[in-house]
Amino acid sequence: MNSALLPVSLMSYVGLSAVIFFIGVGGVLLRRNPLIILMSIELMWNSANLLFLAFARVWLNNAGHIFAFLVITVAAAEAAIGLAIVVVVFRRTHHVDVDDVRLLKG
Amino acid sequence: MILFWVLAVLLVGTAIFVVTQTKPVYSVVGLLFHFAFLAMLFITLNAEFLALIQIVVYTGAILVLFVFVIALLSSGVTPFDPGPDRMPRAVIPAGLLALAGLGLLVYDESRGSVARVASSPAAGGMVGQANAFGSVADFGKALFTTYLLPFEITAFVLMVAVIGVVILAGKETPYVPSRRQAALVEREMREAILRGGELE
Repeated sequence: MNSALLPVSLMSYVGLSAVIFFIGVGGVLLRRNPLIILMSIELMWNSANLLFLAFARVWLNNAGHIFAFLVITVAAAEAAIGLAIVVVVFRRTHHVDVDDVRLLKG
Repeated sequence: MILFWVLAVLLVGTAIFVVTQTKPVYSVVGLLFHFAFLAMLFITLNAEFLALIQIVVYTGAILVLFVFVIALLSSGVTPFDPGPDRMPRAVIPAGLLALAGLGLLVYDESRGSVARVASSPAAGGMVGQANAFGSVADFGKALFTTYLLPFEITAFVLMVAVIGVVILAGKETPYVPSRRQAALVEREMREAILRGGELE
Protein backbone atom coordinates (compact mmCIF):
# COMPACT_ATOMS: atom_id res chain seq x y z
CA MET A 1 0.00 0.00 0.00
CA ASN A 2 1.46 3.26 -1.13
CA SER A 3 -0.31 6.39 0.08
CA ALA A 4 2.23 8.65 -1.61
CA LEU A 5 0.27 8.12 -4.83
CA LEU A 6 -2.63 10.21 -3.58
CA PRO A 7 -2.70 14.01 -3.36
CA VAL A 8 -4.20 13.76 0.14
CA SER A 9 -4.31 10.89 2.57
CA LEU A 10 -6.53 7.91 1.90
CA MET A 11 -8.52 8.71 5.01
CA SER A 12 -9.67 11.96 3.43
CA TYR A 13 -11.24 9.99 0.59
CA VAL A 14 -12.83 7.59 3.06
CA GLY A 15 -14.19 10.51 5.08
CA LEU A 16 -15.57 12.31 2.03
CA SER A 17 -17.18 9.11 0.83
CA ALA A 18 -18.74 8.48 4.24
CA VAL A 19 -20.10 12.03 4.43
CA ILE A 20 -21.72 11.78 0.99
CA PHE A 21 -23.02 8.31 1.80
CA PHE A 22 -24.73 9.48 4.97
CA ILE A 23 -26.21 12.51 3.22
CA GLY A 24 -27.74 9.94 0.86
CA VAL A 25 -28.94 7.81 3.78
CA GLY A 26 -30.54 10.89 5.31
CA GLY A 27 -32.28 11.63 2.03
CA VAL A 28 -33.66 8.11 1.81
CA LEU A 29 -34.89 8.09 5.40
CA LEU A 30 -36.25 11.61 5.68
CA ARG A 31 -37.71 12.47 2.30
CA ARG A 32 -41.06 11.22 1.07
CA ASN A 33 -40.77 12.07 -2.62
CA PRO A 34 -39.71 8.85 -4.36
CA LEU A 35 -37.76 10.76 -7.01
CA ILE A 36 -35.57 12.40 -4.38
CA ILE A 37 -35.18 9.04 -2.63
CA LEU A 38 -33.89 7.56 -5.90
CA MET A 39 -31.48 10.47 -6.31
CA SER A 40 -30.22 9.90 -2.76
CA ILE A 41 -29.60 6.27 -3.67
CA GLU A 42 -27.55 7.51 -6.64
CA LEU A 43 -25.50 9.62 -4.22
CA MET A 44 -24.78 6.51 -2.17
CA TRP A 45 -23.73 4.48 -5.24
CA ASN A 46 -21.36 7.25 -6.20
CA SER A 47 -19.75 7.53 -2.79
CA ALA A 48 -19.06 3.79 -2.99
CA ASN A 49 -17.52 4.30 -6.44
CA LEU A 50 -15.27 7.01 -5.06
CA LEU A 51 -13.94 4.56 -2.50
CA PHE A 52 -13.34 1.87 -5.11
CA LEU A 53 -11.33 4.27 -7.24
CA ALA A 54 -9.34 5.68 -4.32
CA PHE A 55 -8.33 2.21 -3.17
CA ALA A 56 -7.59 1.12 -6.75
CA ARG A 57 -5.28 4.10 -7.00
CA VAL A 58 -3.48 3.31 -3.76
CA TRP A 59 -2.98 -0.35 -4.59
CA LEU A 60 -2.42 0.26 -8.33
CA ASN A 61 -4.89 -2.49 -9.09
CA ASN A 62 -7.57 -1.84 -11.65
CA ALA A 63 -10.01 -4.35 -10.21
CA GLY A 64 -11.48 -1.31 -8.45
CA HIS A 65 -12.06 0.36 -11.80
CA ILE A 66 -13.85 -2.72 -13.10
CA PHE A 67 -16.00 -2.90 -10.01
CA ALA A 68 -16.87 0.78 -10.26
CA PHE A 69 -17.88 0.17 -13.87
CA LEU A 70 -20.18 -2.66 -12.77
CA VAL A 71 -21.60 -0.46 -10.03
CA ILE A 72 -22.44 2.22 -12.59
CA THR A 73 -24.20 -0.38 -14.73
CA VAL A 74 -26.23 -1.71 -11.84
CA ALA A 75 -27.05 1.86 -10.77
CA ALA A 76 -28.38 2.59 -14.24
CA ALA A 77 -30.55 -0.54 -14.14
CA GLU A 78 -31.76 0.35 -10.66
CA ALA A 79 -32.65 3.89 -11.67
CA ALA A 80 -34.59 2.64 -14.70
CA ILE A 81 -36.60 0.11 -12.67
CA GLY A 82 -37.13 2.54 -9.79
CA LEU A 83 -38.45 5.21 -12.12
CA ALA A 84 -40.71 2.65 -13.80
CA ILE A 85 -42.14 1.77 -10.38
CA VAL A 86 -42.66 5.49 -9.66
CA VAL A 87 -44.52 5.87 -12.95
CA VAL A 88 -46.73 2.84 -12.19
CA VAL A 89 -47.55 4.12 -8.70
CA PHE A 90 -48.27 7.54 -10.12
CA ARG A 91 -50.61 6.10 -12.75
CA ARG A 92 -52.53 4.29 -10.05
CA THR A 93 -52.83 7.07 -7.49
CA HIS A 94 -52.06 10.25 -9.47
CA HIS A 95 -49.92 11.40 -6.61
CA VAL A 96 -46.41 10.49 -5.47
CA ASP A 97 -45.69 10.01 -1.81
CA VAL A 98 -43.99 6.90 -0.47
CA ASP A 99 -46.09 6.99 2.69
CA ASP A 100 -49.17 6.29 0.56
CA VAL A 101 -47.66 3.15 -0.91
CA ARG A 102 -48.66 0.53 1.62
CA LEU A 103 -50.01 -2.37 -0.37
CA LEU A 104 -47.60 -4.77 1.33
CA LYS A 105 -48.31 -3.47 4.81
CA GLY A 106 -51.41 -5.60 5.35
CA MET B 1 -4.44 18.89 -2.77
CA ILE B 2 -6.33 22.19 -2.92
CA LEU B 3 -8.29 20.67 -5.78
CA PHE B 4 -9.35 17.78 -3.54
CA TRP B 5 -10.62 19.98 -0.74
CA VAL B 6 -12.44 22.37 -3.06
CA LEU B 7 -14.07 19.42 -4.80
CA ALA B 8 -14.90 17.83 -1.45
CA VAL B 9 -16.68 20.98 -0.28
CA LEU B 10 -18.53 21.27 -3.59
CA LEU B 11 -19.51 17.58 -3.51
CA VAL B 12 -20.89 17.78 0.01
CA GLY B 13 -22.64 21.07 -0.78
CA THR B 14 -24.31 19.74 -3.89
CA ALA B 15 -25.25 16.50 -2.10
CA ILE B 16 -26.98 18.48 0.66
CA PHE B 17 -28.65 20.61 -2.01
CA VAL B 18 -29.98 17.47 -3.73
CA VAL B 19 -31.44 16.07 -0.52
CA THR B 20 -33.02 19.28 0.77
CA GLN B 21 -34.85 20.60 -2.30
CA THR B 22 -38.62 20.48 -2.36
CA LYS B 23 -38.87 20.38 -6.14
CA PRO B 24 -37.24 17.33 -7.74
CA VAL B 25 -36.12 19.33 -10.76
CA TYR B 26 -33.79 21.39 -8.58
CA SER B 27 -32.47 18.17 -7.10
CA VAL B 28 -31.68 16.94 -10.59
CA VAL B 29 -29.71 20.10 -11.29
CA GLY B 30 -27.82 19.65 -8.02
CA LEU B 31 -27.11 16.04 -8.91
CA LEU B 32 -25.82 17.16 -12.30
CA PHE B 33 -23.22 19.37 -10.62
CA HIS B 34 -22.45 16.64 -8.10
CA PHE B 35 -21.68 14.15 -10.86
CA ALA B 36 -19.56 16.68 -12.76
CA PHE B 37 -17.45 17.42 -9.67
CA LEU B 38 -17.18 13.71 -8.97
CA ALA B 39 -15.89 13.14 -12.49
CA MET B 40 -13.18 15.75 -11.83
CA LEU B 41 -12.23 13.88 -8.67
CA PHE B 42 -12.08 10.63 -10.65
CA ILE B 43 -9.59 12.22 -13.04
CA THR B 44 -7.29 13.07 -10.14
CA LEU B 45 -7.52 9.37 -9.18
CA ASN B 46 -6.24 8.29 -12.62
CA ALA B 47 -9.64 6.91 -13.60
CA GLU B 48 -10.08 8.78 -16.84
CA PHE B 49 -12.34 6.20 -18.47
CA LEU B 50 -14.63 6.12 -15.46
CA ALA B 51 -14.73 9.92 -15.37
CA LEU B 52 -16.02 9.90 -18.94
CA ILE B 53 -18.46 7.08 -18.16
CA GLN B 54 -19.63 9.06 -15.16
CA ILE B 55 -20.50 12.02 -17.36
CA VAL B 56 -21.97 9.97 -20.21
CA VAL B 57 -24.00 7.46 -18.22
CA TYR B 58 -25.08 9.54 -15.27
CA THR B 59 -25.62 13.00 -16.68
CA GLY B 60 -26.37 11.76 -20.17
CA ALA B 61 -28.69 8.86 -19.41
CA ILE B 62 -29.83 8.63 -15.81
CA LEU B 63 -30.47 12.33 -15.19
CA VAL B 64 -32.28 12.63 -18.50
CA LEU B 65 -34.43 9.70 -17.37
CA PHE B 66 -35.16 11.54 -14.12
CA VAL B 67 -36.06 14.74 -15.94
CA PHE B 68 -38.23 12.73 -18.30
CA VAL B 69 -40.14 11.10 -15.45
CA ILE B 70 -40.54 14.43 -13.66
CA ALA B 71 -41.92 15.94 -16.85
CA LEU B 72 -44.24 12.95 -17.31
CA LEU B 73 -45.53 13.11 -13.75
CA SER B 74 -46.09 16.84 -13.69
CA SER B 75 -47.75 17.08 -17.09
CA GLY B 76 -51.45 17.77 -16.85
CA VAL B 77 -51.54 17.48 -13.07
CA THR B 78 -50.28 20.77 -11.78
CA PRO B 79 -49.89 23.72 -14.13
CA PHE B 80 -46.26 24.58 -14.63
CA ASP B 81 -45.45 27.69 -12.66
CA PRO B 82 -42.02 29.14 -13.34
CA GLY B 83 -42.44 31.64 -10.53
CA PRO B 84 -41.80 35.35 -10.66
CA ASP B 85 -38.61 35.95 -12.59
CA ARG B 86 -36.72 33.11 -11.00
CA MET B 87 -34.50 32.24 -13.91
CA PRO B 88 -32.15 35.28 -14.07
CA ARG B 89 -31.40 35.00 -10.37
CA ALA B 90 -30.61 31.30 -10.60
CA VAL B 91 -28.54 31.55 -13.75
CA ILE B 92 -25.86 33.86 -12.39
CA PRO B 93 -24.70 31.78 -9.39
CA ALA B 94 -25.01 28.56 -11.37
CA GLY B 95 -22.93 29.94 -14.22
CA LEU B 96 -20.34 31.36 -11.82
CA LEU B 97 -20.11 28.02 -10.06
CA ALA B 98 -19.60 26.12 -13.29
CA LEU B 99 -17.06 28.66 -14.48
CA ALA B 100 -15.18 28.51 -11.19
CA GLY B 101 -15.03 24.73 -11.30
CA LEU B 102 -13.82 24.72 -14.87
CA GLY B 103 -11.28 27.48 -14.20
CA LEU B 104 -9.98 25.64 -11.20
CA LEU B 105 -9.53 22.47 -13.21
CA VAL B 106 -7.74 24.31 -16.01
CA TYR B 107 -5.55 26.20 -13.55
CA ASP B 108 -4.63 23.08 -11.69
CA GLU B 109 -3.95 21.21 -14.91
CA SER B 110 -1.72 24.01 -16.16
CA ARG B 111 0.30 23.83 -12.97
CA GLY B 112 0.64 20.14 -13.67
CA SER B 113 -0.66 18.90 -10.34
CA VAL B 114 -2.98 16.31 -11.87
CA ALA B 115 -0.18 15.04 -14.05
CA ARG B 116 2.25 15.13 -11.15
CA VAL B 117 -0.02 12.98 -9.03
CA ALA B 118 -0.44 10.56 -11.89
CA SER B 119 3.22 10.35 -12.76
CA SER B 120 4.44 9.62 -9.27
CA PRO B 121 6.64 6.54 -8.89
CA ALA B 122 5.28 3.16 -9.94
CA ALA B 123 2.17 4.75 -11.38
CA GLY B 124 3.43 4.23 -14.89
CA GLY B 125 2.70 7.43 -16.74
CA MET B 126 0.48 10.46 -16.75
CA VAL B 127 -3.25 10.87 -17.12
CA GLY B 128 -4.07 10.87 -20.79
CA GLN B 129 -1.06 8.80 -21.74
CA ALA B 130 -1.62 5.44 -23.42
CA ASN B 131 -0.98 2.33 -21.33
CA ALA B 132 -0.72 4.25 -18.06
CA PHE B 133 -2.51 2.91 -14.99
CA GLY B 134 -6.22 3.64 -15.37
CA SER B 135 -5.97 4.63 -19.01
CA VAL B 136 -8.60 3.45 -21.45
CA ALA B 137 -6.22 0.86 -22.87
CA ASP B 138 -5.33 -0.48 -19.44
CA PHE B 139 -8.97 -0.58 -18.38
CA GLY B 140 -10.13 -2.20 -21.60
CA LYS B 141 -7.47 -4.88 -21.45
CA ALA B 142 -8.47 -5.80 -17.91
CA LEU B 143 -12.17 -5.70 -18.75
CA PHE B 144 -11.92 -8.00 -21.75
CA THR B 145 -9.41 -10.50 -20.37
CA THR B 146 -9.41 -10.96 -16.60
CA TYR B 147 -12.90 -9.62 -15.96
CA LEU B 148 -14.72 -10.87 -19.04
CA LEU B 149 -17.29 -12.91 -17.11
CA PRO B 150 -18.45 -9.99 -14.90
CA PHE B 151 -18.71 -7.92 -18.07
CA GLU B 152 -20.95 -10.53 -19.70
CA ILE B 153 -23.07 -10.71 -16.56
CA THR B 154 -23.47 -6.93 -16.84
CA ALA B 155 -25.17 -7.45 -20.17
CA PHE B 156 -27.53 -9.93 -18.52
CA VAL B 157 -28.31 -7.44 -15.72
CA LEU B 158 -29.13 -4.75 -18.26
CA MET B 159 -31.37 -7.14 -20.18
CA VAL B 160 -33.24 -8.04 -17.00
CA ALA B 161 -33.64 -4.32 -16.25
CA VAL B 162 -35.03 -3.63 -19.73
CA ILE B 163 -37.50 -6.51 -19.49
CA GLY B 164 -38.50 -5.42 -16.00
CA VAL B 165 -39.14 -1.86 -17.09
CA VAL B 166 -41.18 -2.99 -20.06
CA ILE B 167 -43.26 -5.34 -17.90
CA LEU B 168 -43.78 -2.69 -15.23
CA ALA B 169 -44.44 0.43 -17.24
CA GLY B 170 -45.47 -0.81 -20.65
CA LYS B 171 -48.83 -2.33 -19.81
CA GLU B 172 -50.84 -0.21 -22.18
CA THR B 173 -49.67 -1.19 -25.63
CA PRO B 174 -51.25 1.35 -27.95
CA TYR B 175 -51.33 -0.70 -31.13
CA VAL B 176 -52.06 -4.43 -31.29
CA PRO B 177 -52.70 -5.65 -34.85
CA SER B 178 -55.57 -8.07 -35.16
CA ARG B 179 -54.86 -11.67 -36.09
CA ARG B 180 -56.50 -11.23 -39.49
CA GLN B 181 -54.37 -8.24 -40.34
CA ALA B 182 -51.21 -10.03 -39.21
CA ALA B 183 -52.11 -12.98 -41.46
CA LEU B 184 -52.65 -10.60 -44.36
CA VAL B 185 -49.25 -8.98 -43.88
CA GLU B 186 -47.62 -12.40 -43.56
CA ARG B 187 -49.18 -13.61 -46.82
CA GLU B 188 -48.04 -10.50 -48.64
CA MET B 189 -44.51 -10.93 -47.35
CA ARG B 190 -44.42 -14.58 -48.37
CA GLU B 191 -45.63 -13.75 -51.87
CA ALA B 192 -43.08 -11.00 -52.12
CA ILE B 193 -40.29 -13.39 -51.14
CA LEU B 194 -41.48 -15.89 -53.75
CA ARG B 195 -41.48 -13.13 -56.37
CA GLY B 196 -37.88 -12.32 -55.57
CA GLY B 197 -38.00 -9.90 -52.70
CA GLU B 198 -40.01 -7.06 -54.18
CA LEU B 199 -42.94 -5.62 -52.30
CA GLU B 200 -45.52 -4.04 -54.57
